[in-house]
Amino acid sequence: MRTAPGTGLLKGMWLTLRTLFKKPPTVFYPDEKEIPVPRARGVIALDPEACTVCMLCARECPDWCIYIEGHKQEQPPSKPGGRVRTRATLDRFDIDYALCMYCGICVEVCPFDALFWSPEYEYSEGHISDMLHPKERLADWLKTVPDPPALEQR
Amino acid sequence: MSGLFDNFWVMLVVKLGAVVTVVMVLALVIIYAELKISAHMQSRIGPYYAGGRWGWAQPLADAFKFLQKEDLTPADADRPVFKAAPMVMLAGSFAVLVILPFSPNLIAQDLDLGIFYVLAASSVGTLGVLMAGWASANKYSLMGGLRAAAQLIAYELPLVLAVVGVVIQAGTLSMVGIVEAQAQPVFHIGSVGIQLPYLFQGQVIGFLIFMVAALAELSRTPFDLPIAESELVMGYLTEYSGIRFTMFFLGEYVGIFAMSSIAATLFLGGYHVPGLDADVFGPVVLVAKAMLLVFLIIWFRWTFPRVREDQLQGFAWRWLVPLSLANIAVTAVLKVAL
Repeated sequence: MRTAPGTGLLKGMWLTLRTLFKKPPTVFYPDEKEIPVPRARGVIALDPEACTVCMLCARECPDWCIYIEGHKQEQPPSKPGGRVRTRATLDRFDIDYALCMYCGICVEVCPFDALFWSPEYEYSEGHISDMLHPKERLADWLKTVPDPPALEQR
Repeated sequence: MSGLFDNFWVMLVVKLGAVVTVVMVLALVIIYAELKISAHMQSRIGPYYAGGRWGWAQPLADAFKFLQKEDLTPADADRPVFKAAPMVMLAGSFAVLVILPFSPNLIAQDLDLGIFYVLAASSVGTLGVLMAGWASANKYSLMGGLRAAAQLIAYELPLVLAVVGVVIQAGTLSMVGIVEAQAQPVFHIGSVGIQLPYLFQGQVIGFLIFMVAALAELSRTPFDLPIAESELVMGYLTEYSGIRFTMFFLGEYVGIFAMSSIAATLFLGGYHVPGLDADVFGPVVLVAKAMLLVFLIIWFRWTFPRVREDQLQGFAWRWLVPLSLANIAVTAVLKVAL
């Protein structure tokens, strides 16, 4: 369908003229803030109780920004006279947010649901070494993790 | 005291001061207008914090910022040429302001060959561009400078030829004469004479060719390959910083205003509106018409993609030049016949 030469130019000009008179969607941060959706990827929170130091997240992270150290502790047998059990304990779990690219592979791959996304994004620091969040800070972020969506009713 | 105003040298200084001040202020206004209009056309706000909620102090702040920058000349650069290039370009733009008719009496100098002088003086800017590209000792600047010169030369012709149509219809090269010719009634309805600017007296093609050629002369998008901000850094301007860059920048906006007012004078009737006293309202009318064309120029910049160098040259030589020659022929025939 051939149109007269120049109609494309005029259509473009009409579009920019219309945009000229529309209100821009600018948000005046920090006076106004946009509220991110609950599924937004702001920061990663850790549930230390659920972690079994399997190291899958540290292995799968493309940027190698998760630092994990743990040790095995002996625990009493479940029945008297049974075999002594071992339990892996978490010593150190740091995520370096200066390296993190927010891909979410660690959250997806964790078999024990110990890592969660949280929509919090205001944690910039003055010094780059402060961007390494230790275990306690990651556990603090758990408070900001939104509830999971309700299961569908059949 | 009145004898002082007859003194040639006093009047020279007064006129120079007045024209330069007025046009620099208008250039700052146009820069602010471009910042705001381009922002809203892109769904954003533009300057906001510099000067209340409107950001009107942004161009002033930019001017002060540039003034305090380090004056850098590349080590291999050709010093005298490098330093002279912005001045040459600015001189070309400012020379056009001499014959802008703000009202029948408010011109710096109403030359008999007004429009001829304008076209000649605006060509001096081409030289400044070439000087800047060559003297920067930077192969990308040189490429930018050469492409710019090719573009400016190619579009000189349509610019000049488009004006010839108007000159044939007006019968004079003087700017005031052209405006007065547009003030003559074209036809009469009853006892009322209808005056029409040349745009409506048949010079539509001439107006379009003039606007396109003026855009190319000013290196504005869609013809801004010489600057090509996303391709050649700043083209021939890459090595310029501080005051030198400001001179180029201001020269461009003064040129925009100058070309718009020339187009307004030639095609839209200049300072004349039927019914309004030209001496009182003339300047306001001319500036309003020029600002309308400036808005058009800004609008084009943020709507159209850039034209490729070979498409640009092809367009000028194969379409605009023959079209403007045809325009002259038709205008001449109709002028004699009607």
